[in-house]
Amino acid sequence: MAASPRPAAPDTKRVRLSPRAGRTLWLATLLVPPTVFFLVFEVIPMISALIYSFYRWEGIGRVGFAGFDNFRRVLFEQPFQGWTINAFWNNVIVFLTLMVVQNGLALFLAILLGGNPRGTRFYQVVFFLPVTLAFVLVGFQWKLFLNPIIGLVNQMLGAVGLGALAQPWLGQESTALFSIIFVNAWRWLGFPTIVFLAAIRSIPQDYFEAARLDGANEWHVARHVTWPLIAPAVTIIVILTFIGSFNWFDLPYVMAGLDGPPGRSTDVLALYFYRTAFGETAGALQDFGRGSALAVLLFLFVLVVAITWTRILRRREVELT
Amino acid sequence: MRWRRLSTVTLIQLLLIGNTVVILYPMMMMGLSAFKSTREIFRNPFGLPEVWSLANFVRVWEQTNFPLYFRNSVIVTAGSVALILVLGVMASYALARYEFRGNELLYLFFLAGIMMPLKLAVIPLFIQLRAMGLTNTHLGLMCIYAAEGLPAAVFILTGFLRTLPRDLENAARIDGASEFQILWSIMLPLVRPALVIVGIYNLVPVWNDFFFPLVFVQRESLKTLPLGLTVFMGQYATDWAVLYAGLTIAALPVIVLYVFLSRQFIAGLTAGAVKG
Repeated sequence: MAASPRPAAPDTKRVRLSPRAGRTLWLATLLVPPTVFFLVFEVIPMISALIYSFYRWEGIGRVGFAGFDNFRRVLFEQPFQGWTINAFWNNVIVFLTLMVVQNGLALFLAILLGGNPRGTRFYQVVFFLPVTLAFVLVGFQWKLFLNPIIGLVNQMLGAVGLGALAQPWLGQESTALFSIIFVNAWRWLGFPTIVFLAAIRSIPQDYFEAARLDGANEWHVARHVTWPLIAPAVTIIVILTFIGSFNWFDLPYVMAGLDGPPGRSTDVLALYFYRTAFGETAGALQDFGRGSALAVLLFLFVLVVAITWTRILRRREVELT
Repeated sequence: MRWRRLSTVTLIQLLLIGNTVVILYPMMMMGLSAFKSTREIFRNPFGLPEVWSLANFVRVWEQTNFPLYFRNSVIVTAGSVALILVLGVMASYALARYEFRGNELLYLFFLAGIMMPLKLAVIPLFIQLRAMGLTNTHLGLMCIYAAEGLPAAVFILTGFLRTLPRDLENAARIDGASEFQILWSIMLPLVRPALVIVGIYNLVPVWNDFFFPLVFVQRESLKTLPLGLTVFMGQYATDWAVLYAGLTIAALPVIVLYVFLSRQFIAGLTAGAVKG
């Protein structure tokens, strides 16, 4: 132990610790605060979420044990069942569309950038820029652009003679969800692009050269060299997109609304969960019991699918290489 | 053959430039519109502003709660990141540099948190924070963000600390340095790159978070920027010039920071997805 630099410190009560006890004390000082903190604000709430789903609730008070009743109502009793299924399918649409539009385009851009064209560094920085912006901000920005009468998108269509294509993008069931998904893709595109690009860069250059010497064209190089060798990055992006799609909240909330308008066409599970827990904007149907049940179901679904799917994709990685 | 190669290069550049326009044009339009009047936005949506007037920005700054939202976001973000770094360093230093019974178990205990979406525990958190008097406080938000960020911080920092050579601390110990001095003046300077990664990894999501303030902050004076934006967008719904100015002001600090630190931002935000 280093002596205190202060000269006049009264040293009467200082306890001398044995090295062993000193070490234990030091380790406890390091470990106890983060562990307790983590218990209180993460572990206990997560466990409580499970316990709460088995109780009946009135407001913020527990009024009795409910068994699986909350789960039964959410999954099998109308109107809750209809809302659950509707929101679930919307999440599925979000996921599939993002996989094709956002991640497909990202892969294409990453392959282009992988050849190190002039300005690569600049393009990387630009493509990644929206990733740093809040979904709330981007959502409001595009909500203004998508305004049916005075929004930039429709005005632009009019300006280039495509005025017939102008739509009330967020105001009709056929386009609302896809418009919001497009904004998500615009905001998030840079992320998978950078992840794919990093994977492509880690492939030894000889592989590409060997393939090209053998007379493979760019499509074949992408299909038979790049694609198998970036399989781990693909796994990560698929799983992250899956988790992100099923936690989708900010964008539909600010661009459409808490009730998933028009006609619940933009309703997703996280919105539905929030609404169940903290009340609808129209008509206060609020229930912590059903809310907790939804949270548990959503958590289990995402966890089980993510783990199983990671296993399958990892096996595919091995087979491909 | 040469001609074909040249046209391929051109095609690639055209595609990349096209995507650049798709990304930058909306940002530019948002910024340009912020200088116009609402009437001009509708009459002349694509052109440059007739007069470069800062009036909209002044209005946003002086007549709305924007300065307040900013201050709140800075406080919450700085506090959360500080808390994550302090707690993260404490836990990961002990886990990475000392052998003791239960080390591996404790490490896994923290790591399990990476898979836990804390949002789904918002109902128990709500009841718990209410009981602790932490709803409608910045401290409450900081605690939640710190709990959310801790697992990844422990993961990144432990991995980094394990790579540092043993000789360093042994030499310092022989020289009579205390355990705290070894941590503070020898280890911490060496892990600075990892601290930056952990910092940015948490900084941006916390700054941008909307969900937890939505649930836990009702008092106007405590709202953070993303939550404040929803208030602001409702208040000025028809005054588009002011809306664009507000959105621009909200985006500007992050964009400026990003332009200067793009390398760190990209590395920090993709940490975990990109194997380095």
